[in-house]
Amino acid sequence: MSAATDVMTTKAPKGVGGVVQSARDSLVVAKRNLLRMMRIPEVVIFGLVQPIMFVVLFSYVFGGSVSVGGSLSASDYREFLMGGIFAQTVTFATAGAGAGIADDMNKGLIDRFRSLPMARGAVLTGRTLADSVQTALTVVVLAVVGLLVGWRVHNGIPKMLGAFALLLLLGYAFSWIGALIGLSVRTPEAATSGGLVWLFPVTFVSNAFVDSSNLPGWLQPVADWNPFSATVQACRVLFGNPGVSPSGAWPMEHPVWASLAWSVVIIVVFRTWAVSKYRSATA
Amino acid sequence: MPGAIYAEGLVKTFGDVKALGGVDLDVPEGTVLGLLGPNGAGKTTAVRVLTTLLKPDSGSAVVAGIDVLKHPNEVRRHIGLSGQFAAVDEYLTGRENIQMVGQLYQMSAKAARARADELLERFNLTEAANRPSKTYSGGMRRRLDLAAALVVSPPVMFMDEPTTGLDPRNRQQLWEVIQELVAGGTTLLLTTQYLEEADHLAHDICVIDHGKVIARGTSDQLKAQTGGERVEVVVHERDRIADAARALTGFGKGDAKIEEHQRKITVPVTGGAKLLAEVIRELDTQGIEIDDIGLRRPTLDDVFISLTGHAAEQDKDTDEESETTAGQGAGSRKEAVK
Ligand SMILES: Nc1ncnc2c1ncn2[C@@H]1O[C@H](COP(=O)(O)OP(=O)(O)OP(=O)(O)O)[C@@H](O)[C@H]1O
Ligand SMILES: [Mg+2]
Repeated sequence: MSAATDVMTTKAPKGVGGVVQSARDSLVVAKRNLLRMMRIPEVVIFGLVQPIMFVVLFSYVFGGSVSVGGSLSASDYREFLMGGIFAQTVTFATAGAGAGIADDMNKGLIDRFRSLPMARGAVLTGRTLADSVQTALTVVVLAVVGLLVGWRVHNGIPKMLGAFALLLLLGYAFSWIGALIGLSVRTPEAATSGGLVWLFPVTFVSNAFVDSSNLPGWLQPVADWNPFSATVQACRVLFGNPGVSPSGAWPMEHPVWASLAWSVVIIVVFRTWAVSKYRSATA
Repeated sequence: MPGAIYAEGLVKTFGDVKALGGVDLDVPEGTVLGLLGPNGAGKTTAVRVLTTLLKPDSGSAVVAGIDVLKHPNEVRRHIGLSGQFAAVDEYLTGRENIQMVGQLYQMSAKAARARADELLERFNLTEAANRPSKTYSGGMRRRLDLAAALVVSPPVMFMDEPTTGLDPRNRQQLWEVIQELVAGGTTLLLTTQYLEEADHLAHDICVIDHGKVIARGTSDQLKAQTGGERVEVVVHERDRIADAARALTGFGKGDAKIEEHQRKITVPVTGGAKLLAEVIRELDTQGIEIDDIGLRRPTLDDVFISLTGHAAEQDKDTDEESETTAGQGAGSRKEAVK
């Protein structure tokens, strides 16, 4: 308690405001979330195990029994499958973001953040950015597992990286949906199940695991216009994998643009919604 | 001119619960307001409204000269908050927690880190600085939270039960920090369950219950209102109790209360330490040997029970009313309320 007379005279600098401060604050929060991830590696590891199991199970259980573009070859199905698994995996970021934010609400951290002169969206942006890092890691691991079970890219590395970028963007977009769920429910558990439960219809009523022309007629337009299907289709096109849907629906004809557009729309809508919810959030 | 914290007619309802039912506050710059009240009184709700975390249903508030409802973001630059429950990231180390808060107060990473080290030292957390706060004890976590709230020394500070869970030494040190802050010009709103703490730190005290201010004033005013001080004497020999009681009644403002088995006599008084000296002299003159003597002030219990008791008694019969107005000590009033 000595030499402390000047300890209590630090002043808060005036923030630069605007986009720069927003980016800076978001990075500070992202760093915090990344540190957390490193200290709770279980979460990341289990996040990896699930998609790996999906790849292995789907390729060996369904491979050979599901027709892809008229072919029943198991190796075709494995190549076909990977686009779907990649896309499904990145959307799991939703549950992580939701649980993380609900947890912060419960622990009172959101209150602390909300009382600080920081950029409004930064707590959520920081979280979603950190989730993107985890998503990127997952995509890399999945790609390795995919290669092991026989998946190949046929259109060169730049296009593959393009597909990965679309996947990351989709994951980022979905994590904003998760952020909104996390702010709306009371517990991390509810945010996890709430973040996953609606993903099943979204990912299954799509072209992810079956050729959408195999779906009942009335479901086909739903699958074609599903934001998720656009990214899956884009991945297959960019990877040069079989099973590209021949549907004439616009998103299936222009999957890269459709994927980009859907992700941007989701980000704009859910970011706006989540940030306004955050401002009035009370645990 | 309104004070550094000024609120008028704050109302906040949660469903059926009226957490705040029209609270007015005015804390002059550079002073400390102690906000007291039983559980569920609305203390935390008031703090949350004033720190921009909660929108009131009606009413207005100005903190550091800035309208809380109109310019919340500007208010945040001028306040520090330590909430009732420690808000620290359990997977971050102590240092990382403080540094993060510093950066979010817009300090550079380097400045925030240096500041973190200062504060860790100040709050006796240097040894634990590199451990995730998950491994901290409750009191350590509390201190880390307080340190984080003090990263910048804000002109206006809010502390919601800051010393709950701290051991006496750390409580003492926090009091020192608070006094230093206030000496530096900070205005502080502090909620607490310890009257002793309010006594020690607060210039003014405001007691709320059911979302309404039921009393305000300095701690001396409140205590006087509660029934004032009493002298407690423990007599050495059991057979002198009656003599001692008779002697004490001469000084008292009411009847002496005798607890036989403890050889303890309590009598309500006014006159403070001077009177105590007289009592000692008188007992000495009469040759009554004593084991212990002291001037007891009303405890928070007394203030609460007396204040909330008044409200409860309004619709009771006049019998009890007259008993209370007879100016009895806090001890006997306690029984009257039951
Ligand atoms: N978010 C909320 N939803 C519903 N009711 C609430 C909420 N926050 C507070 N309340 C209610 O408002 C009242 C005042 O609560 P508050 O937390 O302000 O009390 P307090 O004086 O801080 O109590 P304590 O001493 O226990 O901390 C209580 O009845 C509480 O149940
Ligand atoms: Mg409280």
